[in-house]
Order: sequence, then structure tokens, then C-alpha cells
Amino acid sequence: MVLADYIPLILLTLMAFGVVVVIISLAQFFGPKNPTPEKMMPYESGSNPIGEPHGMRFSVKFYMVAISFILFDLETIFVIPWAMSWQDSNALGHGFYSFSVMAIFLTILTIGLVYEWSQGGLEWD
Amino acid sequence: MAEVLIPIIKISVIVFGFVMAVASLMTLLGDRKQSAKIQNRIGPNQAKFFGFSLMGIPHFIADGIKMILKENITPAGSNKFLHTIAPGLVFMPALIGWAVVPFMDFYCTGTVQTLPDQNYTEICVGGEWKNYFSIMHMNSGLLFAFAIAAISVYGAAIAGWASNSKFSLLGGLRSSAQMISYEVSMALSLGGVLMIYGTLNLNEMVRMQGNMFGDWLPMWGIVVQPLAFFLFFLAGLAETKRAPFDLPEDEPVIVAGYITEYSSMKFAMMQLAEYAATVFIAALIAVIFLGGWQMPYVYADGIHFLGNHWTPFGEEAWYWISIFLRIGAMVFKILFLVWLQFMMRWTLPRFRYDQVMTLGWKILLPLSIANLFVTAFILMIL
Repeated sequence: MVLADYIPLILLTLMAFGVVVVIISLAQFFGPKNPTPEKMMPYESGSNPIGEPHGMRFSVKFYMVAISFILFDLETIFVIPWAMSWQDSNALGHGFYSFSVMAIFLTILTIGLVYEWSQGGLEWD
Repeated sequence: MAEVLIPIIKISVIVFGFVMAVASLMTLLGDRKQSAKIQNRIGPNQAKFFGFSLMGIPHFIADGIKMILKENITPAGSNKFLHTIAPGLVFMPALIGWAVVPFMDFYCTGTVQTLPDQNYTEICVGGEWKNYFSIMHMNSGLLFAFAIAAISVYGAAIAGWASNSKFSLLGGLRSSAQMISYEVSMALSLGGVLMIYGTLNLNEMVRMQGNMFGDWLPMWGIVVQPLAFFLFFLAGLAETKRAPFDLPEDEPVIVAGYITEYSSMKFAMMQLAEYAATVFIAALIAVIFLGGWQMPYVYADGIHFLGNHWTPFGEEAWYWISIFLRIGAMVFKILFLVWLQFMMRWTLPRFRYDQVMTLGWKILLPLSIANLFVTAFILMIL
């Protein structure tokens, strides 16, 4: 593909961006503007907000999910090109080699998943 | 000029004519009206168009006008810039992903021939293929779709963080954790499908699904990879944050999640983006697993069934009929899948958050790795 083939994509991005800008400015233009302190207050079930949300502590599990995501997303990055080229390598007679390489890779990652599981990294309680 | 004009027409028709219309109509008919029927209510029926309520369809226009006339509130202490771009970051990917979705095969300026002995491949004799029915013919189409869909995670996380509200922050965290969890099994479940198709180009994928087993069973993705379809559908439901996975908007627990502090058209954009993402996932499922624009036994040069071939209405007329039938098939599949997602939303109760995470990491992920393994093993033996 040459760069000119990407013109539709650039146009679509520009048009989507234009729609976003138009929608937001429409609301900004036509909507009433009479802010009051109560109206601008972040919602906290009607009472005054207690503390700052940005300093709020949250569960460390979210970090675990993020780290596991990076590991397994990398796995998919390796798996997709392999799956794509499977037919070619099989046609060349390298089917078993290709399969065993990926089998070893997947086994190592499955062991990683089992280890994380057994260590309680996937528990939400 | 033509290389700018034609894409603009295609974008206008596909994205703004079809997707936005379906998304906003589905908001109303699929979600509000159908939910009313399920819960034995009447649903929206007050907005009228020249005295006709039209099953409540005028409501989505009325809603839009009402949203525009509402005050646009950015809460005190929030980051105004991030608060404003977050709806855009959620909304734009839902539209840009449509660049690679094929609504119909290329248009052939000559005559199309289907070769039943060569996997029902269609060739264009005495002419060339013209791409009129999809915005782009991209070789890395599926990867592009995933990459773009993943951007909306940023939108949700930023919206949660920028709102300066505890509920928003929790909702943003929840939705980003949920979306990245299911993205893994979503991509891995496609490994087996990609091994069979050997291409990332969505239009090529659909072309391959025109093949038939024993001249009667269409070789759709759901036939060759049933487990992958199941996994992808579940992960897609979770990706678009539809019930039973709508934990980011768990009303009794965290009000409305990361859209708590949004009002006016920014709120409408968040909602619309969610529906557009639903339609997009439906289109991806239709293209990968349900044969896209393929209709069983209907080909560009006539009907092929059990080795028989006949062409109703003559070749020229049939080509146009087949084009309309195939676009209709694609649209029907998308609408059916969207309807199915809404049905699930109003039928199933909501999961708990730990159940969502357990399902994603302990059930869907091992199953998709096993599916890949088994597919590779079977393909190697064959």
C-alpha cells in the first residue's frame, strides 16, 4: 500500500474529529450558563465532597490486572503473526516445527498464568 | 479529486448514514422501547411527528435537541481540558474503526465468475475490481480495528480521572481494568480463526467464507471455530460494557461510573459512543464469524446449491440483485447481533466485579489458549 491509499482514513479521522468539535461547541453555544457552587460540586450523593479523589487510594489489584494485561497482550502480539503465517509454513512442510515452537511458547505462558493464579494474583475478594 | 470525493461519499453513507442512524435508532427502539416491552411498560411515546408517535422514533431527535439545550457542566476542581477531550477519545474510535469493515465485495466492471471447484472463489473477467463498498481495503484490517478499539480505554480512564469525583474515578478504573482484561481473550480467541483464514484483511476473510463444505454447508467462521465465536462474543460484550458486564455503570454502587460528571452533549456523546461501539463489535462478529456480506448459496453469478447452478433474471440483472442481497445480508447480520446484545442486556442480571474478572482471566483466557492449541494441532494433523 502506498500513502495515497490512506487518504480515506485521514478523511475519516478528520470528519470524526469535526463531528466531535461541532457537537461540543453546539452544546457550549446553545446551552444556558448559570453556574452555582452547588451545581459545580462533584457528585457525592448530595453531601459535600470529602477529601480529594486524586489522592484517593484504590485497590492494588488494578495494577495486577494492568501488569498481566501487558504480559498476555505481548503474547497475542507474538501469536497473531505466527497464526497468519501458519498456512505458508505448513505449505513449505514446516508445519510440525511451527507448531512445536508455538507450543513451547504457549506452554511457558500458560505456566505463567497458572503461577499467577496459584499465587492469588487473579483473586478479587 | 476523485480520490477525495469517493471516500467522502463512502464515509458519509457508511459512518454517518448507517452507523449513526443505527446507533441512535437502536438507543431508542432496541434499548428503551424493547426494555419497556420486557418490563411491561409502555416506553417513550410522547414525542410526536405530525401527530404520529411512530413507535417513539421522534424521541431520539427530541432527546438530541434537549441535550443541546442543556447546560454543559465541568465540575469544580476538574481538569477542564481532559474532561472535554475524553468524550472525543471515546467517540472517535467508535467511528474510525468502520474504515475497514466491508459492506460488500469489490464491484467488478466486467463479469464475475464463481468457481465451485476452486473453493467458490469469485474472479472478475474482462474488468477490474473497484472498491465501492468499504471505506478502505487495508491488509492489516483486523489489527487496525483492534488498535483503534483499544483507544477508547484511554477515553474512559481519562474521563474518570478528570472529573474530580470519586465515583468517576472508580468507574474509570473499573472500566479500563475490565476492557484490558477482555481484550486479551478477544485477540487470542482470533488466533485459531487467523490460522484458518491466513489473512488479516476483513474483505479477504469474508471472501473465504463463501467456501462451502460438501457444497451445502457454508464455511463461516462460526462453523469452523464455534468456541472462538462464543469467546469473542462474550469478550465483545464485555468490551462494549454491555450488560451483564456493565460494571463501569453500576448504578446502585458507583452512580454512573465515569460518566457521572458529564452533562449536555458530552454525556450524549459518551452514550452514543457506547452504542456505536456495540454496532462496531456486531459488525466485527458478523465479518469474522457470520460470513459478513456472504449469503448462503447466493453468489455474484447466480445460485449455487449442491453442485447445481442457475442464474435467475439473467446475468446482468442478477449481479445487481446479488449486490443488494449481500449488502442486505450484512446489514441484517449487524442488526441481529445488536438486537441480541440488547436482549441480553435486559434479560440477564449484572455480574459482580470479582465474577467479571474471574470470567475474564480464569475462564475465557485459558479457553482461548486451549482453542488455539487444539486448532493448531488439528490443522497440523490434517
